[in-house]
Amino acid sequence: MIYFDKVSKVYPNSIALQDVSFTIQPGEFVSIVGHSGAGKTTLLKMILAEEAPTSGKVFFDSIDIHKASQRQIPKLRRRIGSVFQDFRLLPNKTAYENIAFTMEAAGRSDGEIKSDVPHVLDLVGLGDKLRSFPYELSGGERQRISIARAIINQPDLLIVDEPTGNLDPITSSEIMEIFKKINEIGTTIVLTTHNKKIVDSLGRRVITLERGQIIRDDKEGKYAL
Amino acid sequence: MLRTNIKRVLKLGLVNFGRNGLVSVSSVMAMTITLFVIGALYLGGNFLNSALIDVKNKMDISVSFKIDAPDADILSLKKDLTLLPEVKQVSYSSREDELIAFRESHKDNETIIQSLDEVDNPFGARLNIQAVDPAHFDKIDSFIKSKGGAVDGGGSIIDQISYKKDVVNKLNNLINSSRKLGLAIALILALLSIFAVFNTISLAIYTSREEISVMRLVGASGTYVKGPFMVEGMIAGFVASILSLALLYPAVLWVRGVTVNIYGGINLVSFYFNNFGKIFLILFCSGVIIGFLASFWAARRYAKI
Repeated sequence: MIYFDKVSKVYPNSIALQDVSFTIQPGEFVSIVGHSGAGKTTLLKMILAEEAPTSGKVFFDSIDIHKASQRQIPKLRRRIGSVFQDFRLLPNKTAYENIAFTMEAAGRSDGEIKSDVPHVLDLVGLGDKLRSFPYELSGGERQRISIARAIINQPDLLIVDEPTGNLDPITSSEIMEIFKKINEIGTTIVLTTHNKKIVDSLGRRVITLERGQIIRDDKEGKYAL
Repeated sequence: MLRTNIKRVLKLGLVNFGRNGLVSVSSVMAMTITLFVIGALYLGGNFLNSALIDVKNKMDISVSFKIDAPDADILSLKKDLTLLPEVKQVSYSSREDELIAFRESHKDNETIIQSLDEVDNPFGARLNIQAVDPAHFDKIDSFIKSKGGAVDGGGSIIDQISYKKDVVNKLNNLINSSRKLGLAIALILALLSIFAVFNTISLAIYTSREEISVMRLVGASGTYVKGPFMVEGMIAGFVASILSLALLYPAVLWVRGVTVNIYGGINLVSFYFNNFGKIFLILFCSGVIIGFLASFWAARRYAKI
């Protein structure tokens, strides 16, 4: 599904990625671990076509992401859901509106929005917080809304960047349970994290980055840094 | 889906316009001034044109004849002139008519009237010739000279031919250069208002950067992200066109009041009302085009996909 072919990213004063190659199959749950500045976020941004590699290619299925036209990129992004450490919710919109906004931008009909948004909020356990604004919710609840927003368009791939960075351990494991369920129904997940406990408890594939290079890629790996 | 998207883009544009309050007001103001000038130039152009036509119509060639010129010769010249295609109209005024007209225009000046009483009628008859176009004055002039000179077996019956060709030329030049100046002013103002709207929309894009980043992440198309900003620019143009149209009315009233006594021209107030639709269309199109260009430029530059 995702294929990095000898990808390097060089900034004027640093090297974010160096000759990185790997493949992610459909349905996989891959954790990418590494110290801050190891290149994890750059890697995710490349999948979202937010950053272009200095050399090498990134493929999503058979599409060379960085050769995709301006028209193709939005279509590509609709197949990818993303969750971030800082939630990236719009503060002036309610939980319902935040998710509806995503569906509107993706061109879904008003009917679909009305039926799907309450349903997905139920799925993440926030069926009663439809009308709440982000500032009225706890960190865990906000992250659930951002997950609901990421999966509302039924993406093939979910990109999750440090999802538990701002959450306490109990909430973190609750959030991870949601991701496991999403993966079980067939969605591929690429997760970056610093949380050793989470990675170890998953028992899934772990790619370890150090100074922009892959130093380990284990099928049922552990957090080893 | 297209219809739903258009509806959403329009709605978002309207919401943005309202949300940006004072900043929107400033771009509307800048555009209103530009559109007002465009409207004023259009009205002014029409006014000057009609005034020019008026002046041209009032202008004629005046041929005064010698006192002893025989009426028959003058009338025969009149007949010949009437047949010329360049001539619109010829009117004859006899020696007596001229005297009466002179007395009438100087009736308050006793000295002149008294001295007139003491002499015989000093005025010759006169032909007033209106040309189809003042450009034909030269041709008519030489025609009169050739005819008038030949009538009396060598001695001319014509005393003087006068016309104000220079006035028409000057007026033409004045109108042409005022048009050029007006166009230059309108273009400069249009550019300035494009910059003003560009800045407004850039600010709007800056305040919406979070929304834009979320839109991009969820795969919103370029049209969906940039469209609302263009709608916002066009709404500013639309509001400005209404405001400038309203502002033109008192301006038109004022100009009418000032010029009514100088010369005829068209009645600017009735011209404004009779061409209301056309003026609105000109202002509306100019406003929407300016708004669109400025916001298109800003969105292209700052709202990247």
